[in-house]
Amino acid sequence: MAINWFKYSSPQAFLPLAGRMIPWFSVAALASICVGLYIGFFVAPTDFQQGDSYRIIFVHVPAAWMSMFLYVVMAIWAGLGLGLNARPSFMMAQAIAPTGAMFTFLALLTGAMWGKPTWGAWWVWDARLTSELILLFQYVGIILLRASIDDLRRADRASAVLALVGVVNVPIIYFSVKWWNTLHQGASVTMTESKMATPMVAAMLIMMLGFWMYSFAVTLARMRCVILDRERQPSWSKHSSIHDVVEAR
Amino acid sequence: MQWGSASEFFAMGGYGLYVWVSFGVTALCMAGEVIAVWRRHTSAVAESRDLS
Repeated sequence: MAINWFKYSSPQAFLPLAGRMIPWFSVAALASICVGLYIGFFVAPTDFQQGDSYRIIFVHVPAAWMSMFLYVVMAIWAGLGLGLNARPSFMMAQAIAPTGAMFTFLALLTGAMWGKPTWGAWWVWDARLTSELILLFQYVGIILLRASIDDLRRADRASAVLALVGVVNVPIIYFSVKWWNTLHQGASVTMTESKMATPMVAAMLIMMLGFWMYSFAVTLARMRCVILDRERQPSWSKHSSIHDVVEAR
Repeated sequence: MQWGSASEFFAMGGYGLYVWVSFGVTALCMAGEVIAVWRRHTSAVAESRDLS
């Protein structure tokens, strides 16, 4: 049986659907973050080399992963928007950007907090850190470019092109620790092997799941705001059911 | 569990500042984002009601 995805791509259908999904994602996010924090602080043992400073990993790695994941997801929506000329895709990309920027900032900040006790420096111009800083500038650039263009259609297209071009930086960030001699350590956990104790990995992965669920909830919620803001004037919201939809929620 | 007391827990083996700033700022940012989106939604709903 084919699912009619386009049914949910229309803003009228999206609003109530998002309204139903946001609470579930929020609960899942809260639950997994609580479990992740519990395992991270009370079950995972102290690291024999880094002491307890390593516990920053439970927020640093998920934030860094989200910063890259969200960029790719944003670029995919931007590409879909350009390819299909679909406004909801552009709106999805618009809704993701601020959350991605926030996680990039958090990855850099928690990295500095971890770098100081382990390397003796808040910041070094190493390939991993520099490329992640560039990612932050990309997010900020995409958000500001959109904000600086009044014509929504042009703003959509311009920021989508910028997002697509910038996706080249994501593999650079990911592989930077392999391609160059970085002070930043290599991947502790890959698909095939792990260099960490089981509760450490468990806490990190559960926190990652929590950040995913958080990102779903908050971007869906922002998508709802974007739809309400942008579709207030056009024809469908005047003549059709936006007010019914809003009231019915 | 490896913590003998609450103060030992908060000290984080001497790395308390780094650990708690990391987790604290992350919590503040995420909570702040939720509140910002919430407010934006409330005002967007209010404005679309006003237009009707």
